[in-house]
Amino acid sequence: MSEEEQPYRTLQTYSAPQELLDEHAEMADEENAPDVFEQTAKSKQVAARQSDYHLRRFNRTDGVGEGEDESYEDRMRRINLEREEERVRRYKEQKEKEDAEKGQGSKTLEGDKTPPRGLIGDETPPRGAKEETPPMDEAPKKKRRWDVEEPQVKQEEKPGEWSEQALEAAPKKRRSRWDQTPAEATTEAAPKKSRWDQTPSSDAVAVTGKTQEFTSTGVMMVEDKRYRRMTDEELDSLLPGKADGYEVVPVPDDYKPLPMVRKMVPVQASEQGFMMQDDADAAKARAAVGGIQGSDEQTEIEGIGTLQFLKPEDTQYFAKVLGEGGGEEEDVHYSLEELKERKIMRLLLKIKNGTPPVRKTALRQITDKARDFGAGPLFDKILPLLMERTLEDQERHLLVKVIDRVLYKLDDLVRPYVHKILVVIEPLLIDEDYYARVEGREIISNLAKAAGLAHMISTMRPDIDHVDEYVRNTTARAFSVVASALGIPSLLPFLKAVCRSKKSWQARHTGIRIIQQIAVMMGCAVLPHLRNLVDAIADGLQDEQQKVRTMTALALAALAEAAAPYGIESFDNVLKPLWLGIRQHRGKTLAAFIKAIGYIIPLMDPEYAGYYVRECMPILIREFQTSDEEMRRIVLQVIKQCAGTEGVSPTYIRDEVLPDFFRSFWVRRMALDKRNYRQLVETTTELANKAGVSTIVGKICNDLKDESEPFRKMVMDTITKVVANQGAADIDERLEVLLIDGIIFAFQEQTMEDNVMLEGFGTVVNALGGRVKPYLPQIVSMILWRLTNKSAKVRMLAADLTTKLAPIIKSNGEDQLLSKLGVVIFEQLGEEYPDTLGSLIAAEGAIANVVGMTQMNPPVKDLLPRMTPILRNRHEKVQEATINLIGRIADRGAEFVPAKEWMRICFELLDLLKAHKKAIRRAAVNSFGYIAKAIGPQDVLSVLLTNLKVQERQSRVCSTVAIAIVAETCGPFTCIPAILNEYRTPELNVRNGCLKALAWVFEYVGEMSKDYIHSVIGLLEDALTDRDHVHRQTACAIVKHLALGVAGLGYEEALTHLLNLVWPNIFETSPHVIGGVMDAIEAMRVGLGPGVLLSYVLQGLHHPARRVREVYWRMFNTLILGSADAMVPFYPDLGSKSDLAAGQDYTRHHLGYWV
Amino acid sequence: MAELRYTLNTQLEQLHTRYTGTGHPDMTKYEWLQHQHRDTASAIIGHPSLLAYISVADNECQARERFEVIERMLQPCGKPPAKTDD
Repeated sequence: MSEEEQPYRTLQTYSAPQELLDEHAEMADEENAPDVFEQTAKSKQVAARQSDYHLRRFNRTDGVGEGEDESYEDRMRRINLEREEERVRRYKEQKEKEDAEKGQGSKTLEGDKTPPRGLIGDETPPRGAKEETPPMDEAPKKKRRWDVEEPQVKQEEKPGEWSEQALEAAPKKRRSRWDQTPAEATTEAAPKKSRWDQTPSSDAVAVTGKTQEFTSTGVMMVEDKRYRRMTDEELDSLLPGKADGYEVVPVPDDYKPLPMVRKMVPVQASEQGFMMQDDADAAKARAAVGGIQGSDEQTEIEGIGTLQFLKPEDTQYFAKVLGEGGGEEEDVHYSLEELKERKIMRLLLKIKNGTPPVRKTALRQITDKARDFGAGPLFDKILPLLMERTLEDQERHLLVKVIDRVLYKLDDLVRPYVHKILVVIEPLLIDEDYYARVEGREIISNLAKAAGLAHMISTMRPDIDHVDEYVRNTTARAFSVVASALGIPSLLPFLKAVCRSKKSWQARHTGIRIIQQIAVMMGCAVLPHLRNLVDAIADGLQDEQQKVRTMTALALAALAEAAAPYGIESFDNVLKPLWLGIRQHRGKTLAAFIKAIGYIIPLMDPEYAGYYVRECMPILIREFQTSDEEMRRIVLQVIKQCAGTEGVSPTYIRDEVLPDFFRSFWVRRMALDKRNYRQLVETTTELANKAGVSTIVGKICNDLKDESEPFRKMVMDTITKVVANQGAADIDERLEVLLIDGIIFAFQEQTMEDNVMLEGFGTVVNALGGRVKPYLPQIVSMILWRLTNKSAKVRMLAADLTTKLAPIIKSNGEDQLLSKLGVVIFEQLGEEYPDTLGSLIAAEGAIANVVGMTQMNPPVKDLLPRMTPILRNRHEKVQEATINLIGRIADRGAEFVPAKEWMRICFELLDLLKAHKKAIRRAAVNSFGYIAKAIGPQDVLSVLLTNLKVQERQSRVCSTVAIAIVAETCGPFTCIPAILNEYRTPELNVRNGCLKALAWVFEYVGEMSKDYIHSVIGLLEDALTDRDHVHRQTACAIVKHLALGVAGLGYEEALTHLLNLVWPNIFETSPHVIGGVMDAIEAMRVGLGPGVLLSYVLQGLHHPARRVREVYWRMFNTLILGSADAMVPFYPDLGSKSDLAAGQDYTRHHLGYWV
Repeated sequence: MAELRYTLNTQLEQLHTRYTGTGHPDMTKYEWLQHQHRDTASAIIGHPSLLAYISVADNECQARERFEVIERMLQPCGKPPAKTDD
């Protein structure tokens, strides 16, 4: 393109064209423009990403409102009533359904049938008559937890106050004419005035932002100007006056308007076009809290502090303390209770939305004052916040933290609120986030400890047979937490009673589930109570309700899993019903029974186990055919457990199990679902442990050439695991050929990005060892061919494979192949894709590693200069591979490269000290050591010392470490003078860096520091008396390492001098400094002996000022913990006549003995 | 010192209080010296040569000396002083 044709000047920086930017700005202005980031904002919200089941927590209305819990009696009555309602509702539904069916007659459901498998073209063997699996290409139906009953949509239930509020907040209320501000009227009076030049009458106009559409949950709430009090003039202009026979009535004396009730309305479109901002106070206040809409930016709010963000919901919830009249100076108008409320709200807002320092102080305040505030006001504010639909992870975490702290302080005062807290916290127990679950457990266990067992039981009892399955589920989990907090034995009588409840099957079901959860949560800690727990649920196996039977079997499975490998005797009572059960039941119940048996069998003695396996195997084999995915996984699991027991013989597995097993499970479909995939691989690996490598590998190795890639991957994964477990000795020659052939095929056909194939290739080839030699030329030529492939990924995989195979090629003596690979890879180093380049360099490194620096082809003196420019590559993988290779060369073959080249590399290495990845920094730092060893320390050291001047902290820290490593490898005498000299630079960073480097040096050289202690004393005197506390802190670190290094070598006089310089710092308040000082003093205990230190400490132990005493006692405690015995001779003699007269003899007479 | 109470030293102090023999700023003379005496007694028992020396001085066999030293650890300084008002 010639100069004239260029429409734009060439720019230094590039950005999107202006037209495009304008267009986007316009789009953003428009209404309803989709917000690209809406989705990200949503995903932070807990409720937005939860499943329907989790969201059922919003249906729980019983514990949410303000005030204390109802009494136990009331709740039981209400729960019973609800249950009765539910029963009636179901009965009615049932009846209606029956009526409808009767009316319809017997209409056949012809369109409903799933077509037979054959038609779909799936090649899996047929699975018997009742085939129900939908074809794979159909969108999968939403899965429901399989042991969970159908959720009912509860129409009749009153929605929670929060959802109610959400409803009422629905946007777009029609504005009625008459409440419009009179400002409009005035403009109408003078219609000619254009709106543009109109000065807004001070606060007559509502400030409104851009119209936005909100979902029902996310409506902006603002204080509406239209609800502000009207002025007298405005009223006069609106209402008929005295002239029309009306008069203004005086305000009654007893009328006192509520001070701060302000109406909130959704933000609405301004109907008036452009508006100027008004200066009214309220607007200012609102602007201070981040404008009308709340904001994601940090904002400073008067009386609150700096907030990180403010959501529209927050502006509403915390309206009382935000904006107009929210400040602390207004507090004088309120009663004590209201004041408490305002204080709590302010603290909560700070904790929830504040910046870390604000949050920290607020959290401490709310903890300290918890008992003053009282449980009621606190939880009335905290709990509704936790039920907010727009709650985000971070907020939830913080609020839960508040509850935790507050609970600890309130202790038994919390009792009236236990149920309310549980309603809010229980959902955390089934959260998908692990940490949320842990937090939930923590809170509930603290709650249990504070409220006591009796209270917990009476609170949670009504929920045990709650109509909603969700409530029962979470209650069961909460109960298991209570059990682990207060001990199983104390809960056992209650559990026994619940599990045998005659009143409702739900209670039994929940009771059994509690025991299941206890087992899951406590693991082997159930062992002491195993028999009791098993006996408590044993009857459930013959329960009339199918769900109870299923749950019992699952609980038994969980107990057996937790108890493994002990405790079989506890299961004696349930063995028979279980065995009868697997013959009687079908479907889910059968699956649960089989699962229980699967977990009990591994606990048995070998001969029993063998017998029982043989007993249940026919049923398992029958269930191979099932189409229920859950059942298939359970069957696989049980087969794995059976195969793992001692009592089962390899022949049995080979003859009875394997044929059916392969026929029903090793099908392509199994590779598609992740859980099936994993379970099948595990089970097959376990079977291979029994049946031998060749049996299994022989069966599946042909599938390495299958056309479906996921299936090939699954085969490869299994082969890898089997071979890794048992080696390849069992594989005969023919199988070996097939295997290598299959693996090469699978590797070449790989398109997915994972290293299953790579791992498999490496594992199998390594296991074959010397036997792989004949195939090596073939493999290497494949690699060479693929190294020049067009696709970058293929090249990368080939390079990765080289890395894996290099050791085995070397051990087979195929050095020519290696050198050929080395040369080809060297030629490829111009690679432009960083991932591939990284792999290539790693491969070159692996080759250099196995052949050695002298034999390396290309020679090291060519290789290294080629690496120097690559060091500048910013890609982490490239950096890491390069630095590893360079470090290796510097370590083993530094002499092949001229010193000048090494210096060049030194400068490049400095950049790597800034790397994010620790491995890179560590490798770089170590490389400095190797290079210094190769070319002498002076030059390297000067590079590093100069680097102490740079701004970036990480780079400086790494330089100090590198200096210390150089000192360690080349001897401290080469470095310490240079460091001492550099310390004279009048620059803070440099001096700190020098101190830090010295600290590392003395840490690394240990005892050798005895030769240098006198040389550094001058420096330490200076540093320990410096004004900068970081100086003193780092100097303390030096003192620490010195004292430990020279302990017992006779340098007490120097150490005492240093201790005298350290001692004045004991009252430092900064945590790091005081930590450093205390460390130094403790090191002195080792270096000087505790007696000397004791004489220092004794001076302040009984100082009149408590703060002084605190510090001295802390030092005394570390002394006594470190060397109590050695201090005995040094305690002062404090016996006195007056004490003796008072009856205490403080003289240690044993020390006065003389023979 | 105030903010330190909430950070690392809380842990350190809690750790300290788990062990016997450690002290705190409000310790009385009696408590502190009791610890010293017990430390001394356990040092005697812990060093057999010291125990032998003491037993010679007391003209007792080592087992009895040991027993008596251990018994003395119960109230090594006699009865606690009467509580003062504060």
